[in-house]
Amino acid sequence: MLALLVVSLMTGPAQFSPQTVARALVSDQGVASIIVRDIRLPRTLLAALIGATFGIAGAALQGLMRNPLAEPSLFGAPQAAAAAAAGIMAFGFAGALSIWVPLGGIAGALLSVGMLVAIAGRRASLTVTLLAGLALASFAGAAIALILNLAPNPYIALEIAFWLLGSLRDRSMEHVWLAAPFMLTSWAVLAATARDFRALTLGEDAAASLGVDVERTRVLVVIGVALGVGAAVSVAGAISFVGLVAPHLVRRFYGFDPTRILLPSALTGAALLIASDIAVRLVPGAIEIKIGVVTALIGVPFFLAMIFHERHVLEDSTS
Amino acid sequence: MKDNAAPRLAAHDIGVVRGGRRIVERANLTLNAGELTILAGPNGAGKTTLARALAGLLDAEGTITFDGTPLSALAPRARARALAYLPQGHQFHWPMSVEHIVALGREPHADPFADPTSADRAAIAEAMAATTIEDLAERTVTTLSGGERARVALARALATQADVLIADEPIASLDERHQLVIMELLQSVARRGAAVLAIIHDLALATRFADRVVLMHQGKIIANDTPALALTPERIATIFGVSVHRVETPDGPLLIPSRAL
Repeated sequence: MLALLVVSLMTGPAQFSPQTVARALVSDQGVASIIVRDIRLPRTLLAALIGATFGIAGAALQGLMRNPLAEPSLFGAPQAAAAAAAGIMAFGFAGALSIWVPLGGIAGALLSVGMLVAIAGRRASLTVTLLAGLALASFAGAAIALILNLAPNPYIALEIAFWLLGSLRDRSMEHVWLAAPFMLTSWAVLAATARDFRALTLGEDAAASLGVDVERTRVLVVIGVALGVGAAVSVAGAISFVGLVAPHLVRRFYGFDPTRILLPSALTGAALLIASDIAVRLVPGAIEIKIGVVTALIGVPFFLAMIFHERHVLEDSTS
Repeated sequence: MKDNAAPRLAAHDIGVVRGGRRIVERANLTLNAGELTILAGPNGAGKTTLARALAGLLDAEGTITFDGTPLSALAPRARARALAYLPQGHQFHWPMSVEHIVALGREPHADPFADPTSADRAAIAEAMAATTIEDLAERTVTTLSGGERARVALARALATQADVLIADEPIASLDERHQLVIMELLQSVARRGAAVLAIIHDLALATRFADRVVLMHQGKIIANDTPALALTPERIATIFGVSVHRVETPDGPLLIPSRAL
């Protein structure tokens, strides 16, 4: 994790040694300091924060839904957050650095995750959950299309289209300060529910009989995921599948206890996103590949592999 | 029925309405320490709804008291220590180890910031010994057979060491031997002082194991008595629509359903 942070600060068109990075961070080293502090530090911090947010959000949603295939982006949460945030930007209600963008994103995510959990209901059947998620994601996609369609000028439409691809490029510390409080709150809210997921492996009635307030857990997970995803999307655009991949990798080492995987999932999510962000900077070419594109290109085959691997279980549990 | 059995859980005038339909109507029921009470009735009679209401899992009219204290006045964890509930189906969503699952029964006792106490470990070991699943401790629950899963689920509920145990269809879809194993276990749990309520469809097993049989029909409790007095052939014909033969055996009388009416 720390090593990745340092490598991330070193990597870019101008390569720095770890020593240079350290010196540039703590003292004024001219150009190197500007690059490290103003360009790479915010980018790296955002990658870590957003990766951790998606990692913990994915693990929490999976704990609540009792399903390893639950992921914020499968349910349209980032899309809904993006739609709301894009709407605010496109129609000039606020600039990209206004507090209203993350608030809008959070509201969009809240609506989407809240509706999903409400529709999925007590039994949280996989079929109903996935179909509802598909519908919500499609609707958010349609809302984004409408916004692009109605955008006052093509320049803004293009800007939003690029932003939707998900990128950490050219982000400043202001973006970090804008999103971090929401993401940190999201972690705290989700961590408060962690213990409940263990009893939920027995189903909601058994969990309730063990003293878990399932309704409270549900509400807290919805709020926590929405805060984190909404804030992340509003500064970095749609970055998907970290919430699916991170908990899955963690389970190989920490087992299936849904409570224990929350923190490791956050760390793994952060590491994954920092690594992806380093990778997009290392790929040569004039146009940088957007990080959201990278996570989707890796995440979707990963998702398919998981479905393939678990299809026997899935076929039995589609009731 | 036992003499001087202490009432543990007392339900007075329980009513449940869901989706505009009355599912349980003015049910009165007491679960006594040391007794195995069997709740029987045809499908849709409201058994599960009544059981969930008794366990404090849904909002119901009327009052339920545990040792004289209204259930609604207990904090969720205090209620969970007093009353264990085993839902239908024995679900395990994550492939966790058997021991890990049984340990969940200690959640209501656990201090979230401390390791399991010696009392926790003793309760887990005792529950696993009672259900003879010690050999399965390291196994993954999702790979177990139906009979093994039923025993693990019951062990989880026993590990709580609650004074009241409510089990919803603990023997559904088990083979003959495992049905008897689970019934004997529930009986021994009651003999050791717990108040046990189990929903069972098999009338032969009900007559064989119950201290008391509560019969439900269309949301109402229509009998609450010893097996012999509750399960009369006339009553069975009326509410289950079957005729039964009563057979005397060395283990006591058995009811064998013979024909749909």
